[in-house]
Amino acid sequence: MMSIIDMNYKKDSLGFYEFVLPIITIIKNIQEYEVKHYSEVGQTDTGNCTGIVLSGTALRDKETLKHVEEFAWIKECEKPILGICAGMQTIGLVFDSTLTECLEIGMKQITTIKENPLFSSSFRAYELHTCSIRPSTDFDTLAQSEKCIQAMRHKEKDIYGVLFHPEVRNEEIIKRFVLLSRSKQE
Amino acid sequence: MRVAVLFSGGKDSTLALLKASEKEEVVCLISIISKNRESYMFHTPNIWITELQAEALGLPLIQKSTEGVKEEELEDLKKAVEQAKEKFRIEGVVTGAVESVYQAERIQRICHELDLWCFNPLWKRDQEELLEEIIEKGFRVIISGVFAYPLDKFWLGKEINEELTGKLVRLQREYGISPSGEGGEIETTVLDAPLFRERIEVLDFAVEESGNSGVFLIKKARLAEK
Repeated sequence: MMSIIDMNYKKDSLGFYEFVLPIITIIKNIQEYEVKHYSEVGQTDTGNCTGIVLSGTALRDKETLKHVEEFAWIKECEKPILGICAGMQTIGLVFDSTLTECLEIGMKQITTIKENPLFSSSFRAYELHTCSIRPSTDFDTLAQSEKCIQAMRHKEKDIYGVLFHPEVRNEEIIKRFVLLSRSKQE
Repeated sequence: MRVAVLFSGGKDSTLALLKASEKEEVVCLISIISKNRESYMFHTPNIWITELQAEALGLPLIQKSTEGVKEEELEDLKKAVEQAKEKFRIEGVVTGAVESVYQAERIQRICHELDLWCFNPLWKRDQEELLEEIIEKGFRVIISGVFAYPLDKFWLGKEINEELTGKLVRLQREYGISPSGEGGEIETTVLDAPLFRERIEVLDFAVEESGNSGVFLIKKARLAEK
């Protein structure tokens, strides 16, 4: 079971269709899933899943960044986690990384700088963000664009963050994460 | 949140409007009338019908004309959105974009420049599912433009129902045509939908055809009781 966390400004929001539903569409054919809004997730709620995906949000939606304390469970969680856009930014802040200004909208070139199980080489991806993350020493940087850091991985845990939106033109990255999560459980 | 819907009068923007109205407060519609029939951004056949549709919906409509020159038409869209912000105090814009990053990127940028939220509630939806949803929700939609082989005048003016959806899906398999027309192969006009207080009755029309493209032009229409 994959757990998809809705990171939008409120539960059952207009952002759900754009930022959560496309992730469900990719995952539903390969793995059972559940969806929860971030405000509903507590320390004990991640027990039954194989992995967790934190969705992105609308460009102006910075709600999770104002409520980082609600994500303290990420530090203790032993499950693989993939944070997308606001999901990556939130994970970064949980581990004391720094938010940096970086506006990118549309298809951009991404360059992989460290080998990892989710993507490789150079590829184009859809961007929708005003901020990136300067990762703390807990993380390795995995990829960058011309303007800013695009992906990171925790050095000791299976916690990944991607700033671009893989659900738009790079669905295989989400599929690989689902399979990686499953393999970790077996 | 007070939002405006970018409204072409076709099935996608009308479904986006329905979804937006279930979650936020839709306060106006914005329609761009492009003089360029091949506009990259804006649907063109029967755009004047948006006036009747807005009346049927009981929503104010901001209309703006553009020459339809690539990129310059975005400035015209921005002016219309700015007008909606001033006149109706909108905080966000909703679009019917499904797959086009070209469209989505440009509208996102305009919203960012104007400090507005941007929502695309049909984003990445399966095209066949979208057609099924509009049928299930009781939309009455006709095909008002076809722009790719092997579509021809047979399709013009036809109402989208289960049988027609089946035919469109078969064309997708054989010719790679997007069944809901997101690639610009098909344009549609909505005659009735759940939020419409009245339906649109077509009184006079003309079919224009040239090669593998054709349009069903509504020349005269009125609002009628549902």
